[in-house]
Amino acid sequence: MSDTPSATAELKLPKDQATEKGLVNVQIDGVWHQFPKGTRMIEACRQAQVIVPHYCYHPKLSSPGNCRMCLVQMGMPPRPTPGQEPQRDENGYEIIGWIPRPVIACANTIGENMGIRTTGELVEKCREGVMEFLLINHPLDCPICDQAGECRLQEQSVQHGRGVSRFVDMKVKKPKNVEIGPRIRLDDERCIMCSRCIRFMDEVAGDPVLGFTQRGAHTTLTVHPDRLLDSNYSLNTADICPVGALTSNDFRFQMRVWFLKETPSIDVNCGTGTNITIWTRENKIHRITPRLNDEVNSAWMPDSHRLNFHYIDGEARLTEPLVKSGSRHLPETWAQALASAAAEIKAIPAAQTAIIASGRMTNEELFLTRALAAEIGTSQLALVPRLAEADALLIAADRNPNTTGAKLVLGVEEPYWKLNSIRDGVRNGSIKSLIVLGDDLITDADFTAEDLGKLDFLLQTSVLANPTAEQAHIVLPSAAFAEKRGSMVNLAGRLQRLNRAVEPQGQAHDDWEILRDLILALSGGKNEVYHIEDVFKALAENVSAFNGLTLSKIGHQGAQIADTGYQIPLLANERARKAAGLING
Amino acid sequence: MAVVKLQRPKLNFGEKIYFGALIKGFFLTMTHAVKTLRGKSVGADELASSGLGVTMQFPEQRWDEHLPEYYRGAPALVTDEQGRERCVSCQLCEFICPPKAIKIVPSEIPSDDPWAKVEKRPLEFEIDMIRCIYCGMCEEVCPEQAIYLRKDYLITGLKRADMVHDKKKLYEIGGTRVGLVNKWNELK
Ligand code: SF4
Ligand code: SF4
Ligand code: SF4
Ligand code: SF4
Ligand code: FES
Repeated sequence: MSDTPSATAELKLPKDQATEKGLVNVQIDGVWHQFPKGTRMIEACRQAQVIVPHYCYHPKLSSPGNCRMCLVQMGMPPRPTPGQEPQRDENGYEIIGWIPRPVIACANTIGENMGIRTTGELVEKCREGVMEFLLINHPLDCPICDQAGECRLQEQSVQHGRGVSRFVDMKVKKPKNVEIGPRIRLDDERCIMCSRCIRFMDEVAGDPVLGFTQRGAHTTLTVHPDRLLDSNYSLNTADICPVGALTSNDFRFQMRVWFLKETPSIDVNCGTGTNITIWTRENKIHRITPRLNDEVNSAWMPDSHRLNFHYIDGEARLTEPLVKSGSRHLPETWAQALASAAAEIKAIPAAQTAIIASGRMTNEELFLTRALAAEIGTSQLALVPRLAEADALLIAADRNPNTTGAKLVLGVEEPYWKLNSIRDGVRNGSIKSLIVLGDDLITDADFTAEDLGKLDFLLQTSVLANPTAEQAHIVLPSAAFAEKRGSMVNLAGRLQRLNRAVEPQGQAHDDWEILRDLILALSGGKNEVYHIEDVFKALAENVSAFNGLTLSKIGHQGAQIADTGYQIPLLANERARKAAGLING
Repeated sequence: MAVVKLQRPKLNFGEKIYFGALIKGFFLTMTHAVKTLRGKSVGADELASSGLGVTMQFPEQRWDEHLPEYYRGAPALVTDEQGRERCVSCQLCEFICPPKAIKIVPSEIPSDDPWAKVEKRPLEFEIDMIRCIYCGMCEEVCPEQAIYLRKDYLITGLKRADMVHDKKKLYEIGGTRVGLVNKWNELK
């Protein structure tokens, strides 16, 4: 960043160059960088790829500066006496005078010509000291602590700990294994009083039920008397707790984190499309956590959505194709089931055939559904709407994750409106054959068993056994959200990817393969589609919003493809706090 | 990596034709042969062997008493003086085990259990003895002094399933071990 003085131009100081851009110069570990005014020192270091160990700082929360782990050495140019010119080095930076005492990097903002040292004896001694204090009363719980393996305290002890304790007194006893809410367990001895959980409940969840009581070594995190930590966002506190003080009841003692494989994907419980990480071992999902995406869910997710995965290997899971014979469903091979389905569909005139798809299907599956409707020759195609209350943070009123995608792929403004006419058609007998993809009509779409009993042919693809499948002549087992790849568009118009974390259970097939095979069974054609990428390619060629995209181009953070004007309320809150300077990240 | 050049020892003529060494070896063998025929070979008495006293008649005769202290036989779980199962199912042994012989299903200790404060113990603990290579890594890694390689070496079975030691069998082999660190004492 040095300026080469030329013969004619006057030498411009780095300070003035930065000011022109609204930036300030900061030296971090001997290297000069420029950052926007108002950036916290710890954020500046992070952007310069220098990691400052910390516990209480979280980019999405305010910075009280109470753990002291982020101590660094700071320096500023000495103030010149009146009339004295500041001393500069050969590049025009003022000479830094280093302050002999450390400062915390998380709560201080950077200033012009500031110096930060994140290494050196002073800083190292500070870290060692803070670690020793934190560990004085810490229990030896790692073997039974769910946080082990992803515990910041463990990690920092490896780097800055002493290995042996010098503390000879009795450790302070605090409450252990406390139920502070329906989904969260608290172990106060492990708490390092960082207050992240308190700030989260206050600033993000808007339900300030947590707080500290007592003082000094006896400080105890607790929940407000007569209250429980029962917010639908409570499990986020377990995510951000840097130690094992707050742990999830659902994940408690299920599996050690070092065995788990992480798959980035998205949540399908509502139109927000929260970014998630699915944690699996072998073919079992053990937990789901939110994944950072500043355009969708920030760093959070609702409990009700993150815990909604146990059904995937639950009792009601369908694992083989079923064909009704008499009053019972019997297992059948895929080839047979598809062939009989195609024969039945062909036997009934297209005008009497309807398809009810689902807003939980991916763009690829909807695209193939469109092809299926074309193959059959019917225009009776509708989706099942699923509306419930929004929660003013992340949960959207539209509980279908891909309504926007359905609008784009099917090329209709209102993918739901034909549902009523199809229901009437079934009731008055003008529709004789119904293909139901994924949804349960009896529970979600006001059909009755009696209505469905009138049909000559009912085909259902489904993940779980349900009342509609009970009535169906052929039931094809399909894949759950964690078992398939594909893409969806959230309410705000962001195209995002689902990834396969586990293999489908039993003989269940990926939905797009079922649709492809059904189309082939109907047309008798030869298969030319082998990968989901091929389906996406065809989609990108046919639907203008997807032009020029491929599945891999979408990336883990998604791509904005439509402007719907929809605002995710939690993001609006976060942006307001950021604009007010309360948070940095 | 730096390359270290080794200087081979210089051999004189006698060493080069290695005839002397051959004769030395021959005499050594003969000495042992004569000792054996006279029943004076090492360990002949203790092994109480048959015939010439050199062949142990296994399995009628066992070398169990001669196992050294450091012998590494089948890994097993131990309980402590108070009858508490020491393993807390931390799964470190499962992680470290090179041939992946260990499989653990962790569980929570119910609150009415006398050891409820330990919070965690294995629901199932299996060691597949077909896979185990008796390396002792599990013993070394265990933070709770709960798994030890005992002196059992006769691990046989008629089926693969017989070779999988479940929790019950592991405690049977392991038994009680005294004098270990009592971490979960009344002070804890
Ligand atoms: S919080 Fe971390 S250091 Fe403390 S017991 Fe749990 S894993 Fe160990
Ligand atoms: S419970 Fe966890 S997040 Fe809350 S103050 Fe203690 S250490 Fe921090
Ligand atoms: S002795 Fe080695 S191979 Fe056998 S169970 Fe232990 S760690 Fe695994
Ligand atoms: S390492 Fe020890 S405490 Fe941990 S699971 Fe294995 S035997 Fe149990
Ligand atoms: S991270 Fe700065 S004081 Fe905690």
